[in-house]
Amino acid sequence: MQRNGLSPDYTFLEEVEAAGPFSVSECFQCRKCTNGCPATFAMDLYPDQVIRLAILGLKDEVLRSKTIWVCAACETCSTRCPNGVRIAELMDFLKEMAVVEGVAIPQPQVVSFHQTFLDNIRYTGRIFEGGLLGAYMLRSGQMGSMVKTGAWKDQVQLGWKMFRKGRLPLLPKSIEGKAEVAAILRPSK
Amino acid sequence: MKVTYYPGCSLEGTARDYADSIHDVCAHFGIELQEVPDWNCCGATAAHSINHKASIELGARNLKLAARQSNADMLVPCPLCYNRLKTAAWALEEKGGGDYDIQLDSPAPRIWDLANFFATEEMLNKLGENLKKPLDDLKVVCYYGCMASRPPHITKAPDYENPQSMDRIVKALGGKALPWPYKTDCCGASLMVTRPDMGYRLVGKLYDMAQRVGAQAIVVSCQMCQANLDMYQKQIEAEWGRSFAPPILYFTELIGLACGLPAVESWLSRHMADPRPLLREVRLVA
Repeated sequence: MQRNGLSPDYTFLEEVEAAGPFSVSECFQCRKCTNGCPATFAMDLYPDQVIRLAILGLKDEVLRSKTIWVCAACETCSTRCPNGVRIAELMDFLKEMAVVEGVAIPQPQVVSFHQTFLDNIRYTGRIFEGGLLGAYMLRSGQMGSMVKTGAWKDQVQLGWKMFRKGRLPLLPKSIEGKAEVAAILRPSK
Repeated sequence: MKVTYYPGCSLEGTARDYADSIHDVCAHFGIELQEVPDWNCCGATAAHSINHKASIELGARNLKLAARQSNADMLVPCPLCYNRLKTAAWALEEKGGGDYDIQLDSPAPRIWDLANFFATEEMLNKLGENLKKPLDDLKVVCYYGCMASRPPHITKAPDYENPQSMDRIVKALGGKALPWPYKTDCCGASLMVTRPDMGYRLVGKLYDMAQRVGAQAIVVSCQMCQANLDMYQKQIEAEWGRSFAPPILYFTELIGLACGLPAVESWLSRHMADPRPLLREVRLVA
């Protein structure tokens, strides 16, 4: 069925609310979320538009948006919404859905960072900051662009400075319950 | 007094300065920190972004371990850890906890954001009684960031649009906390790594306003904010074509300074933007 604003399909809204609830349908489009959002300058859809499109069932549009990935998860929108719509939590739900459904993500490095981070916890139960950034740069392909732009020199300098100041441990610290933690972090279905 | 302590991963690494200052300040005030045994990472932004269930269960494991210690209070210095632990407690205790594989068998201790813990009337009085070097000539802005305040249905913060804890602490230490409008504006968190252009813009905005209101330094309680505000000053100044370079101080470092704790300079020496020239200028370090 062709979905558009004039013939909305509410099955997506029902799916979203069953997983939340996020009170998405409480939105009356006051745009307070968008006006307080610090990241709108990097977004392709404003937060109020994500809500509206989700209500109308335009799932592909929201899942393929840049917005859900440049959202800083600062929670200003959810805090200020006069109707209690859990906007930031909805953004998270949409991010997870986009990953699970294998949607082409317009900010792949953000997903790479999150995945690298979770892998890092999976190995030892805690984050090992000394290994995180390198693993991320390799996984996301940022290493290549850093070599091209020369930004790698800044990174190496910063890492060296941190090390000299005693702020970059060289060995990860493993916890006893790391198997429990790995079980918690099984991939989401 | 004995309290449960959840340090979080950064305090074992890049935020060692914060960790050291917390240990010394707490010891000075007779607060014995008992670390949650075998605690795990809170999952941070990564878990709540792409694996909701794990984001609650990671917190649930920590809360279960924390509940085994018999302390009434748990101190959490990192606001993101604080937020994730509070969110897990909310999901399991208030929301009903339905879909999660780890449940609490006894109630979790009261979870405190560290700055709020030091801003109770009792602690503020103690700070006043322990003053050795009041921060007389120091003018700062307090920057709270997001996660200790929002969302208020989780944090239960009464003053989430205009938090006061660090302002009260600075005042109790004899310093001046200037009013400014960006107390809770986001620093970009992990976007500083994945979208540095966004991070530079968000943090530059904070520097700009801090400078406009006449702050000599920015005081923080979050090691993620501290890192984002302290580590990329050269790049942000280049991007903005302006000179900012404010020292970014932890509130615990100010407590250590004002109470004359001996290790203060070793904490300060680990910062990227060296705060010591400013502190010499206002005669707080030699």
